Amino acid sequence: MKELVVLSGKGGTGKTSVAAAMAHLGQEAPGFVHIVLADADVDAANLELVFRPVPIRQEDFWGGQIARIDADACNNCEECVQICRFDAIRTHDGQLQIDPMSCEGCAACFYICPQGAISMQAQLAGAWFRADTRCGPLFHAALRPGEENSGRLVTLIKRHARQEAMAQDDTLLLIDGPPGISCPVISTISGADLALIVTEPSIAGFHDLRRVLETTRHFRVPAAVCINKADLSEAWAVAIEAECRAQDLEILGHIPYDEAVTRGMVAGQPVTAFAPDSPASQAIRSIWQRIHSLLWE
Amino acid sequence: MIITVASGKGGTGKTTVATSLAYTLADLSPVLLDCDVEAPNAHLFLEPDFDSWREVSIPVPVIDEDRCTACGRCADVCQFHAIVVAGTRASMFPELCHGCGSCAVQCPEAAMSEVPRAIGTLERGRGKGNVDLRHGRLNIGEPLAVPVIRALKQWAWPGTEQLVIRDAPPGTSCPVVEAMRGSSYVILVTEPTPFGLHDLNLAVELTRTLGIPAGIVLNRDGLGDMRVENYCFQEDLPILMRIPFEERIAEALAGGHLLVEAFPAYEPDFGQAYNCIQESLHPERPAAQGLGVRP
Repeated sequence: MKELVVLSGKGGTGKTSVAAAMAHLGQEAPGFVHIVLADADVDAANLELVFRPVPIRQEDFWGGQIARIDADACNNCEECVQICRFDAIRTHDGQLQIDPMSCEGCAACFYICPQGAISMQAQLAGAWFRADTRCGPLFHAALRPGEENSGRLVTLIKRHARQEAMAQDDTLLLIDGPPGISCPVISTISGADLALIVTEPSIAGFHDLRRVLETTRHFRVPAAVCINKADLSEAWAVAIEAECRAQDLEILGHIPYDEAVTRGMVAGQPVTAFAPDSPASQAIRSIWQRIHSLLWE
Repeated sequence: MIITVASGKGGTGKTTVATSLAYTLADLSPVLLDCDVEAPNAHLFLEPDFDSWREVSIPVPVIDEDRCTACGRCADVCQFHAIVVAGTRASMFPELCHGCGSCAVQCPEAAMSEVPRAIGTLERGRGKGNVDLRHGRLNIGEPLAVPVIRALKQWAWPGTEQLVIRDAPPGTSCPVVEAMRGSSYVILVTEPTPFGLHDLNLAVELTRTLGIPAGIVLNRDGLGDMRVENYCFQEDLPILMRIPFEERIAEALAGGHLLVEAFPAYEPDFGQAYNCIQESLHPERPAAQGLGVRP
């Protein structure tokens, strides 16, 4: 089993479109691999939109706990207000109340309350799913808007996806990562064999590429880069190439801007299935072949 | 007034809208807060000279081994598994610590004190159009973005009279909540694609949970399909402005130009979007005069 993570730093560079196309290409000979997909962008998951999967299993995700004050037991001594560093406890109609959106779940108030008036209650923070797609099983999740613990949810779906991926030989666990560099990204890249960074030749794409490469280096995950919408700016494409050379990172390919990608998305298909001979599909196919040999040879 | 620019899906043009809005409204001396502390980009377009700087830290415990009896109380009260007690000693995993201070308070031996641990930096300076830009930057390898956003919001708080524009991170989880919280209005930037629609829907749900009114900027108008527009109509979400899907716009933005700098024809649109927001928040006040026209 090999584990490939698709990342970008900057959002909207085409992570999901590239990941979906590679899942589709994995089914082609030569170089056939079994694919297990995981969508680690748990607060804005999009892989399911491409594959229209058939749901097989759904489980609740219980996030962290948040505090609740029992109004009958509370004598408004405000010790909880003093200890709370997240400004989550305020007086409302003469009664101390917890703002669930501000509560960090640290339980400092629970332990300090002299009246025992505070309880910690687990929150239903979302759900995770296992579904079938024509390219293989997909593990994805839906974090409720505004919820915390996205890193834990990523770890949870990765654990289930890995179990399934390890069940047979020649399997690629393909993980579509979240944007940024913080907790869900850190959970996503841990244990990966390779991080494919999808960047775009723009000032923001370049800047965020450097941030995400610093992150993969920090956690010692090998990385390689592909440039999407490659014809957007020649100057920034050159800058990205120079940066990758300086960091001794391989550029796996350039994917030209191609309307077929969006048209495929609207049709609910990976671009390589929707328009197999389009310029973007051809570029992604050659990137996939290179990744296949990096992982298995 | 605080206007937060958010999106759900990444790469839809939050920074494009936030920077051009701030630049257009320069007469109101807006403060622009780039709250995308994982991948801050507004400074690339506004090119400020940063002249002040601050470190963001969270208080983490240190254990006085002479006093510690390894009773395990700190590990019990820590909800984030940042302390493990094994054998005769307690060990700390600082990057898991949320800085709540509960362990230090609960330690029966008073063996814990707190020291600041740096997790990011804040910077501030004036850029194009004399826009007062402040941004945060999360240190590499740090999992917690929220404390940096919180510190940025509090840094030299300009007062409620000032116009503040916040550029939010993508997604709908806790960093976005922190960026939106306290806002008067949220502008959701989306694109007319299935991914754009799906994530817009989640972002709208979040603004409703937080009780903040929202309006839409439709970027890359003409790409994709009509489903986003139908959704906005059904959900009664005003479309504040449209930015067409054009190669010359994409190229200008890729090169680091502000939208309104490369295409001044859009300035009135941003001024009008601002007036729409003002009117929806204060229907009794007449619209500000002359906004959107730079002298």
